Amino acid sequence: MAKVVSSGKYCTVNPLRMSQPLGAALAFMGVRNCMPLLHGSQGCTSFGLVLFVRHFRESIPLQTTAMSEVATVLGGFDNVEQAIVNIVNRTKPDIIGICSTGVTEIKGDDLDSFIKVIRAKHPELAGVALVPVSTPDFKDAFEDGWATTVAKMVDVLVEAPAGARDPARINVLPGSHLTAGDLDELRDIIEAFGLQPTFLPDISGSLDGHVPDDFTPTTHGGVAVGEIAAMGRAVHTLAIGEQMRAAAIALEAKAGIPFTLLRRLTGLAASDALMACLARISGRPVPQKYRRQRSQLVDAMLDGHFYFGGKQVAIGAEPDMLLNIGGWLTEMGCRITAAVTTTTSPVLEQVPADEVVVGDLEDLETRAEGCDLLVTHSHGRQAAERLGVPLHRIGLPIFDRLGAAHQLAVGYRGTRDLIFTVGNLFIAAIREPTIDSWRQAGVMAEQGDAKVTAH
Amino acid sequence: MSSLADKIQEVFNEPGCATNTGKSEKQRKKGCTKPLQPGGAAGGCAFDGAKIALQPIVDVAHLVHGPIACEGSSWDNRGVKSSGSKLYRTGFTTDMGENDVVFGGEKRLFKSIREIIEKYDPPAVFVYQTCVPAMMGDDIAAVCKLAAAKFGKPVIPIISPGFVGPKNLGNKLAGEAMLDHVIGTQEPDFTTPYDINIIGEYNVAGEFWQVKPLLDELGIRILSCLSGDARYHEVARAHRARAAMMVCSTAMINVARKMEERYGIPFFEGSFYGITDTSDSLRQIATLLIARGAPDELMGRVEAVIAREEARAWEALKAFTPRLTGKKVLLITGGVKSWSVVAALQEAGLTIVGTSVKKSTKEDKERLKEMSPDVHQIDDLRPREMYKMLKDAQADIMLSGGRSQFVALKARMPWLDINQERSYGYEGYVGVVELVRQIDKALSNPIWAQVRAPAPWAEISWEDRADAANAADAAALAADPALAEAQRRGELVCHCRQIDVGTIEDAVRSHDLTVIAQVTQLTQAGGGCGGCKDKIASILGRVAADAAPAARVA
Repeated sequence: MAKVVSSGKYCTVNPLRMSQPLGAALAFMGVRNCMPLLHGSQGCTSFGLVLFVRHFRESIPLQTTAMSEVATVLGGFDNVEQAIVNIVNRTKPDIIGICSTGVTEIKGDDLDSFIKVIRAKHPELAGVALVPVSTPDFKDAFEDGWATTVAKMVDVLVEAPAGARDPARINVLPGSHLTAGDLDELRDIIEAFGLQPTFLPDISGSLDGHVPDDFTPTTHGGVAVGEIAAMGRAVHTLAIGEQMRAAAIALEAKAGIPFTLLRRLTGLAASDALMACLARISGRPVPQKYRRQRSQLVDAMLDGHFYFGGKQVAIGAEPDMLLNIGGWLTEMGCRITAAVTTTTSPVLEQVPADEVVVGDLEDLETRAEGCDLLVTHSHGRQAAERLGVPLHRIGLPIFDRLGAAHQLAVGYRGTRDLIFTVGNLFIAAIREPTIDSWRQAGVMAEQGDAKVTAH
Repeated sequence: MSSLADKIQEVFNEPGCATNTGKSEKQRKKGCTKPLQPGGAAGGCAFDGAKIALQPIVDVAHLVHGPIACEGSSWDNRGVKSSGSKLYRTGFTTDMGENDVVFGGEKRLFKSIREIIEKYDPPAVFVYQTCVPAMMGDDIAAVCKLAAAKFGKPVIPIISPGFVGPKNLGNKLAGEAMLDHVIGTQEPDFTTPYDINIIGEYNVAGEFWQVKPLLDELGIRILSCLSGDARYHEVARAHRARAAMMVCSTAMINVARKMEERYGIPFFEGSFYGITDTSDSLRQIATLLIARGAPDELMGRVEAVIAREEARAWEALKAFTPRLTGKKVLLITGGVKSWSVVAALQEAGLTIVGTSVKKSTKEDKERLKEMSPDVHQIDDLRPREMYKMLKDAQADIMLSGGRSQFVALKARMPWLDINQERSYGYEGYVGVVELVRQIDKALSNPIWAQVRAPAPWAEISWEDRADAANAADAAALAADPALAEAQRRGELVCHCRQIDVGTIEDAVRSHDLTVIAQVTQLTQAGGGCGGCKDKIASILGRVAADAAPAARVA
């Protein structure tokens, strides 16, 4: 459907995209007692740290190999080795996730072979999982860093199944577009079918904004390394978002587990698909609770559609999130008049818009002229102000609102609440007619109507 | 209270109303409003009607004298718009408590008026009587008089407590209050041959502003509007207009007629809904003004504006007609909008498949018949019949007032609000286009296919279930003649008095009734609005036909 184009600019203005190492680091933060380690200069880590702290309003475990100019030129092996040894001595993690950055990739540091050498040199590290992942920030985006990392964790940590599978166990590979709140909701839904899910990664345990009993410098919560190892015993894998396909395929290759890829979880049909899938895997009927929730969602759609119908929305988001939210808004009667994303993906062509631009927030702002709503992360606030339209914040970072980790958008209930949140933005933006605005109705009709054929 | 009784009698005896003049002296005394049926009433009360009619006067403080229920549950809930003062949206009430009920609320009322004048300094305060102080005997007219003298400001009593009757009566009583206390109390700074009054226009959703600029362009001055976006002083000066247009059917006919009597201001009844109606109304305004001495050239300018605006509107509608032609609209609305909206919709190529005329007067119904001969007129629509009706009518969208929306929506039916609470204006040329745009928007919304799709766990869709249930009902009726007969006999004939077919048939048979008046006397059927007389006549005919062969056998 959508034509995917590049903005073709030399200069990125008001970036939408965030780097791969950050996506990789966040994925590692969904593993219990983990220390993500960026192999690069200090700044790579500190900028990311500040960004995550502002978004999650939590202390964030993130370390650096602190590459100096000399170390960069001579190679970073010593720094990686020292960093790992120091981290293990100081924080006793179960796992260290080592993410490369632009500068060390350019140098050509080979993290995989570094780790092999370090393993040989330091038998005392045997109890610590070391997962290196190549995430240069000069290519791809946050979502790719996340996806690559999850695939790598599957590759390194999951053990081939010995003995029978557990028919109650399923794996969930959530994309980076899901919040901690989304994962909690998804877990509740899955458990209601009598299934036991293992999420990889599981930021709902670590970055859900709880008050821990004691302080740990590593992640306090998330999926344990042992649980990841046992994922091979599950009967099925749910991959959420196209970005997780590679990880699902890796899991299938390693442990022979079939997978279902759900590209979207927001919206009635998407939630229906989830329910049908779980009913099929579990062999159980859909619990009464979700039948009620479905009915509530249908009613919310009926009540809400007045405010969504014919609205023009401009979205800036990573591919999977763009497809999820854009698809849902279109189902509610909105028209996606501007869609900007961060990286290429097979899903971009399916985004219900004429064109998807791989670009920045400037591209979004120039294309958002005349729209009724801007949907992107907090950095869209200036554009929204200049355009005089409301901003619905999604993705990362959300630093100027509370509760980013608990924004819920999946399943019947999540979709229902999203209708209320976004619908209320539309209602709040209704302009009172004035004595001078009398021709506007006609004028709007000429400009603003969704083509019926577009649906 | 005796003066209120007189006033109500006076309002009922409306010579400007064709129904009323057709009645006998005795019938006229009974009044034109339907006595409300306990357990079967749904509309608003007379206080509600008075408040609706006057609240659009934007710079007045509208003070409701009563316990909290009256104002507390109704303030700031109407979408009428103001181009100036927002005071009309401030909720003022005396919020009477137990002590006031025991000792009388007059003191509290007086002090409330004083506080309002001290804090808000409005050009006038309107004081609305409600049931509780009316019952207690609070003399609000006397309090208003005293307050007006004391504070040197108009304080106008609006005597329309809820229990005197329905909303429509309240509209009229509000108009009477304006005639008695406001209109003619001030003089305009200057007058022109182009001064008109608009009566019964409330500026819901700012929709009068879709028309007013055209009048401005033509140099036609709205001296006063009752009451949309009006100022107190405009209403007070309304008596100097040259002509008037009455917009909302019979709601304020008493005001229009009395202003003609008292001040010689001729009026016509018109509508700004629909292209043709808007053009006709503009022409009529010009005709009346020219008859009162405005230069003839006005008509030429009016025609030019009409030509320009019609062309523009038709052009804008053209974009929608391919998508909307043949689409069926189920229109369920009371009163004026039944007939005024029908014209507008037909102009856009839509077909009307049914309308409920619950609140419409008989003239409204006649007009509806005239305008749209194949409209099935449905007197009252029970929610449980909705689904079947929508399906039978094969309607694509339902247009109705706010309260019935959920019936449509729960039946997964596109729906559009066309009553007071709506948020879009549909008046004039641009309003028609807006209405059609909204219909198009509702129809083209993609949620309908989604919400109608069965849940993944449902073996059959809800429509199939409803169809099966309906079929089962029908089968049960077919199989059980007694049940079918009971249902037939239970069908309501007279909605005002809740009299069913069986009651009337029994009365006709046992007393050998032959004319409608007898039926009314014995059963009360037909004693309300009289809208069911055709049905009673057909029952009389049917019973006579049934009885004839039986008599022969005997």
